[in-house]
Amino acid sequence: MIGADAIVKCLEAEGVEYVFGYPGVAICPFYNSILGSPIQTILIRTEQNAAHAASGLTRVSGKPGVCAVTSGPGATNVITGIATAFADSIPLVCITGQVNSELIGSDVFQEADITGAVESFVKYSYLVRDVNDIPRIFKEAFHIANTGRKGPVLIDVPIDIQNSEIRKFAYPESVSMRTYKPTVKGNMVQIKKVAAELERAKRPIICAGGGILLSDGEKELRTFAEKHQIPVVSTMMGIGVMPTRHPLFFGMVGNNGKPYANRAMNESDLLIMVGARVADRAVSQPDLITNNKVLIHIDVDPAEIGKNVGPTIPLVGDARHIFEDLLLQEFACEHGKWLDTLNEYKKQMEPKRKPDPAYVDPARFITMLSEKMEEDGIYVADVGQNQIWSCGYHIVKAGRFLTSGGMGTMGYSIPAAMGAKLADKGKQVIAVCGDGSFQMSMMELATMRQHHIPVKIVVLKNNYLGMVREFQHYTYKDNYSVVDLSGSPDLLKLSSAYDMKFLRLENMDKADEILDEFLKDDESVLLECIINPMDLVR
Amino acid sequence: MKRIYSVLVENRSGVLCKVAGLFSRRCFNIDSLAVGETDDREVSRMTIVSSGDERTIEQIEKQLNKKLDVIKVKTFDEISSISRELLLMKVKYNKSNRRDIMENCEIMNAQIVDMSKHTMLIQMCDTPERIQLLISMFKSVSIVEVARTGTLALPKCSETD
Repeated sequence: MIGADAIVKCLEAEGVEYVFGYPGVAICPFYNSILGSPIQTILIRTEQNAAHAASGLTRVSGKPGVCAVTSGPGATNVITGIATAFADSIPLVCITGQVNSELIGSDVFQEADITGAVESFVKYSYLVRDVNDIPRIFKEAFHIANTGRKGPVLIDVPIDIQNSEIRKFAYPESVSMRTYKPTVKGNMVQIKKVAAELERAKRPIICAGGGILLSDGEKELRTFAEKHQIPVVSTMMGIGVMPTRHPLFFGMVGNNGKPYANRAMNESDLLIMVGARVADRAVSQPDLITNNKVLIHIDVDPAEIGKNVGPTIPLVGDARHIFEDLLLQEFACEHGKWLDTLNEYKKQMEPKRKPDPAYVDPARFITMLSEKMEEDGIYVADVGQNQIWSCGYHIVKAGRFLTSGGMGTMGYSIPAAMGAKLADKGKQVIAVCGDGSFQMSMMELATMRQHHIPVKIVVLKNNYLGMVREFQHYTYKDNYSVVDLSGSPDLLKLSSAYDMKFLRLENMDKADEILDEFLKDDESVLLECIINPMDLVR
Repeated sequence: MKRIYSVLVENRSGVLCKVAGLFSRRCFNIDSLAVGETDDREVSRMTIVSSGDERTIEQIEKQLNKKLDVIKVKTFDEISSISRELLLMKVKYNKSNRRDIMENCEIMNAQIVDMSKHTMLIQMCDTPERIQLLISMFKSVSIVEVARTGTLALPKCSETD
């Protein structure tokens, strides 16, 4: 057995079903070995999307997605995808081919120092120097990626290592690393303090981040919130922790969030920030969430606690475990009028839009789409105005909402939607992007066709890089610079080139029937929605 | 505020780069950094002197702990630790200042470890402040080159050790 066979055996042992990637000479031994395996390979059309697709798969399956690309440009191309996953704490295992061990450092053809290049975007990386280390390294990589603060791990494998004979293949049962033992259970003393503070609180609120979803703690969070009638707001990455229309849910916070969600958070006297980084887009003024209130910060990563705001009670641990423990604490939590106040804010402060009837109103369109979507459907939003509208108007029922929150990587939605669909073929998966972000990933239509991945795509077309145009509208008084998307392809012709069903919605008149047509069968459809180029997210 | 981080790391290639990269990536200062093997060949100790406000100091420790090659991070201030640095300094001398140089070395407890017709090599192991003092004392003499190890430090001995 050679190293490449061993890698495939490791992936099989980890239960990997798909590998997203792009071959090149330096990774060819691996792609040769995988031919005999039940693992399916998906030929993505550019390496960045291999990581995005793996990310979509991970977020639905809960198991680290895998991508495998070649050395040099293959490896450097995948960096943006890795950085995107890193920013959102999405576990991935990314395998890169590398030039011959003896040639490393001599700048030969397609050599790139990829472990060096990705250092600040990975949770950990390996350069394999001995073929016999492969089983241990892969076991560790999957463990590291999917435990503690999750994140991508990169394994760089020189071609000669892939081709070397391995002495004996045995996949380790367990991992033993003296430097890595993440805290999962919360400290009981701190948990009791939280309960005591909640007992005193008059206006408590929970702000839930992506950490809830990563720890599979939605149920525990919801049970806890319901038990004590504590309202919940979320960050962008936390969308979907609760159904949007749950009576205790008050929307997304942040400068692109709901005004009433921000007001609720600012006026609370006790804030439980859980699985969230408290980054600038969610909390633009950190002092507002620390002044005159008890701030409880729960995160699996101790470094997140106190990084952007100093909490009253720091609590390190996995969100699910902590809510399980909090549920065992018996205490009274009375805050009678607080929910009424928040409901009043919600009624008064819902942003009012003045849609132009000549175009599709993205807000109403997105709400209609989500209402028509299957209960457990998966909605993947791209980056740009489309993302902000999606966050504001998509109604999560029992499904998932995926987007690139931390890095804000355009082009994420289509490959991530493909990964999500492969993770659960029974689910309805819809990617919603703008015409800018669509063109960043439209090469993947070929991947969808080749591998029969029936993802539905909505393109909100306004012929602009809308989010930047909106910024230039406010900041540079409509002096638009490099945001005009003239020259974009005719999407009807494009879908016909890819042999895909195409629909166009020009205004809201036919939205109902077009959406029914769009969602009807489990097949790939491209739906173009013409929106007002001057439309704004706020 | 000055802070000393004594960091035990896996003695593997690339670890120094990862730790140093963490400092540059997050705009943390490195005043000095010294690395060497410990009594265990698989473990190295990095002694990093850094400065910053309280939050930065705490973040540095947390971020160091997050690195998977880091085994243990100890941090202490200058008062509760013994700090030493090694200096090698080559200076030019002539007949007229030779005695002065030797006297200064004696006062400062520095040794002359090598000599040629025009230059001598001075060695001193002391606290970073005294090393600095010696260098400034020799500013009037012509210094050819200076090499410093950076600070090494360990917490002072205590009854609880």
